[in-house]
Amino acid sequence: MLQAPELTPEAIEENRVYQDMGLTDGEFSTIKKILGRLPNFTEIGIFSVMWSEHCSYKTSKPLLKKFPTKAPHVLQGPGEGAGVVDIGDEQAVVFKIESHNHPSAVEPYQGAATGVGGIIRDVFSMGARPIATLNSLRFGNLTNGRVKYLFEEVVHGIAGYGNCVGVPTVGGEIQFDDSYEGNPLVNAMCVGLIDQKDMQKGIASGIGNTVLYVGSKTGRDGIHGATFASEDLTEDSESKRSSVQVGDPFMEKLLIEACLEVIHSDALVGMQDMGAAGLTSSASEMASKAGTGMEMNLDYIPQREENMTAYEMMLSESQERMLLVVKQGREKEIQDVFAKYDLEAVAVGKVTDDKQFRLLHKGEVVTDIPVDALAEDAPVYHKPSKVPRYYEEFQSMTEYLPKVTEHQEILKQLLQQPTIASKAYVYDQYDSMVQANTVHAPGSSAAVVRVRGFDKALAMTTDCNSRYLYLDPETGGKIAVAEAARNIVCSGAKPLALTDGLNFGNPDKPEIFWQMEKSVEGMSEASLALHTPVISGNVSLYNESNGQGIFPTPVVGMVGLHRSVKDITPSFFQENGDLIYIIGETKAEFGGSELQNILEGKYFGKAPAIDLTIEAKRQATLLQAIQDGLVASAHDLAEGGLAVALAESLFAQKQLGCEVTVAGDVTTALFSETQSRFLVSVKQENQLAFEAAVEDTKYIGKVTNSKELIINHHHQSVIKEQVENLSALWKGAIPCLLKSKA
Amino acid sequence: MKFAVVVFPGSNCDRDMYHAVTDALGEEAELVWYQHANLADYDAILLPGGFSYGDYLRSGAIASTSDIVLQLKEQASKGKPVLGVCNGFQILLESGLLPGAMLRNKNLKFMCHHEDLRVVNSHSMFTTAYADDEIISIPIAHGEGNYYCDAETLEKLEKNNQIIFKYENNPNGSVQDIAGIINKEGNVLGMMPHPERAAETLLGSADGLKLFQSIVENWRKAYVTGA
Repeated sequence: MLQAPELTPEAIEENRVYQDMGLTDGEFSTIKKILGRLPNFTEIGIFSVMWSEHCSYKTSKPLLKKFPTKAPHVLQGPGEGAGVVDIGDEQAVVFKIESHNHPSAVEPYQGAATGVGGIIRDVFSMGARPIATLNSLRFGNLTNGRVKYLFEEVVHGIAGYGNCVGVPTVGGEIQFDDSYEGNPLVNAMCVGLIDQKDMQKGIASGIGNTVLYVGSKTGRDGIHGATFASEDLTEDSESKRSSVQVGDPFMEKLLIEACLEVIHSDALVGMQDMGAAGLTSSASEMASKAGTGMEMNLDYIPQREENMTAYEMMLSESQERMLLVVKQGREKEIQDVFAKYDLEAVAVGKVTDDKQFRLLHKGEVVTDIPVDALAEDAPVYHKPSKVPRYYEEFQSMTEYLPKVTEHQEILKQLLQQPTIASKAYVYDQYDSMVQANTVHAPGSSAAVVRVRGFDKALAMTTDCNSRYLYLDPETGGKIAVAEAARNIVCSGAKPLALTDGLNFGNPDKPEIFWQMEKSVEGMSEASLALHTPVISGNVSLYNESNGQGIFPTPVVGMVGLHRSVKDITPSFFQENGDLIYIIGETKAEFGGSELQNILEGKYFGKAPAIDLTIEAKRQATLLQAIQDGLVASAHDLAEGGLAVALAESLFAQKQLGCEVTVAGDVTTALFSETQSRFLVSVKQENQLAFEAAVEDTKYIGKVTNSKELIINHHHQSVIKEQVENLSALWKGAIPCLLKSKA
Repeated sequence: MKFAVVVFPGSNCDRDMYHAVTDALGEEAELVWYQHANLADYDAILLPGGFSYGDYLRSGAIASTSDIVLQLKEQASKGKPVLGVCNGFQILLESGLLPGAMLRNKNLKFMCHHEDLRVVNSHSMFTTAYADDEIISIPIAHGEGNYYCDAETLEKLEKNNQIIFKYENNPNGSVQDIAGIINKEGNVLGMMPHPERAAETLLGSADGLKLFQSIVENWRKAYVTGA
């Protein structure tokens, strides 16, 4: 392991020990130049974590610059703990998504649990009360024991942490594909609510001010976690088990309450979570952002284990720790607040004016580095990119047209595909209602959380169909943003902004870097078109196992605002006699579809096309119709197409059915995944007003009380089945797969 | 009427309880930190759900040894209404104010969803606004809600009409489908489902509100002249 006996500076250079820490020869030379001498063991450790992709975004930075990040309603864009968006009434919503993929691949329970803990800290470090979390998860297919174990334990870890800490887990999404078999994705998003006057920043300003260490003691867990997160997973990864941190949600709950109490004190200057790279990143970033320096005496750091070295303390990723900067001489009033919660708040250092990051340990200076070299001035790489051969092949293929004769059988199979099947098995394990604000719990298009005391609510969702991104990352990137916005609009809210969780393979491979480039281009274009700037995010690279990259998976976490709770719209049918419409035309688009997966066992061809002008217009029109009270329910058409959307619209109510008639090619009508489409139901008395308000809409049938799903084509029913039977297949699929021995 | 909502380190339904009383019911409530409190100042005491002390050791076990529980026992012995929900129920069991114990849910998983409850006894001070056998929809959210007691205790609970709520479709394996019980004196109610989460139709159900209304009505009858 890396905490082996400390080597001399000369031995580090001679044996190229820095390479084991993820630094290149070139980077080592740069470090020597910055310091004007050889770095010691602690310093090289500090550089290695701060210059890891996880902390420095050295590979992705040139791409992230392309994202639109500004708008009048954006109060804080990328760069702080989380982004902040104005929601009126002097309030703001604070949110961010973060990945915990590598830890979860090795130790799924703690990996997922600490992922939730970390993102919650990012939000309350801004001064916001965390009001909801969501999760975007990817696993291999539930056919082998290891994948089932990872799936069960990730869910268990999210539940174990989230339930205890008292933040409802209100939504998210889970997809299953072979590309994630050895490298699952665990992305957690947290949404917070804040009065704008309480906004905090992670800055260490005011020369002479005191640095307070708060929360759990520092142990040897998670050392070099950020470096671990910036490498490919290999057979060897099991040996990195000690890099995974262990979470304590009870401690986190105390920290939330104490931190949200101290933000009201004007003695507080800045606050930041000790996340990836722990004490090192929080301290150096706070100083760098403020244009100051920082000096800390490591003798004062609360330590869980004996004889910890400076290297170990600085690289530990022990959880539930915060770093605060408070006004000199007013430490006691802040410490008293933490004492109420039995939390330690220890003065460990001070803000300096020399822009140096200086650490003392046992009477010696163990680190003395220009602070900007760690944060602002970390290296940036422009990696080569190359169009992959597979993409060119897919683009030159003729349109894939599946042959289906038994439509009812296919619908049943689709409903049992784990990506489409009910996730109730998962979300029943999450406390989705604590805080008593959850209007739409998991299972809806978007989760809806009302803002207590005001006539408004927040809609939130995470989305990313990575199959489309694999086929065509630019188009798929656009679709990911558009689909998230569609889900927000269906719930009756106006999309505000997004947070991006970019998960890709190894960027040193030009084909992977190309996927990143194109995905970001597509997402940027859609963010502009749909007026949803990118306000925060996270990059997770090197998601590979045994040389194979995952599908490009840039998860979009989006938040929208309901201007009144009256606008909150369900995603399932409401009443017998309501009229059913499709908005948008349907083309034969099956590349990357769930139907292609069933019939061919792989994805190929072109991704569904998307026209962002049409998308934006349809979303705006539908939202207006909802706000005018013309829409009873709204559901976006996604995986599995119209037939699946109709079935899903019936599963929430036990008493309803529907009968609709489709035209044209029946397979296309039922299962195509053409974009920018919605399924809505409308009360009969609103028929004329709805049809006048919404163009390119087509009436297809009615909600009935027959408890049957009936789809007709040319005067014959192609699907006619009891809703109860379909629902049983949909609900039973995941529990059934988990129980099967295969 | 003035309610105390006792907040332990790790309580997380305290604000929900507070808002159910103040916003939905329109009565007075205070969040009372477990230290330096005086429970004699309040007319009713609510123990909220959550994970007091992280549920370390056993759910509710550490909180049940705190000083405030001594005060709680004193106030309960004077006949003051005490309601413990979820972790609050677990604390009441651990402190001996109610009989029995909690086991892990029979499927060994945390579960959170609405459950139908039957009001078995509508004559307690917590349930007079309900009808006997009324079916109400109240959310559950727990990992250890599988109520257990021995046969002798169960017989007493039944004989004294101490079983207040039963699950219609037992989700967790509780003995006799028990969802909530009162003490023999009738002023201490413990229940796993969360009535404070069912206080507004916007959130899916307002069936829990009548429980709080019952407390207020019965208190007014007993203490407010002319009521």
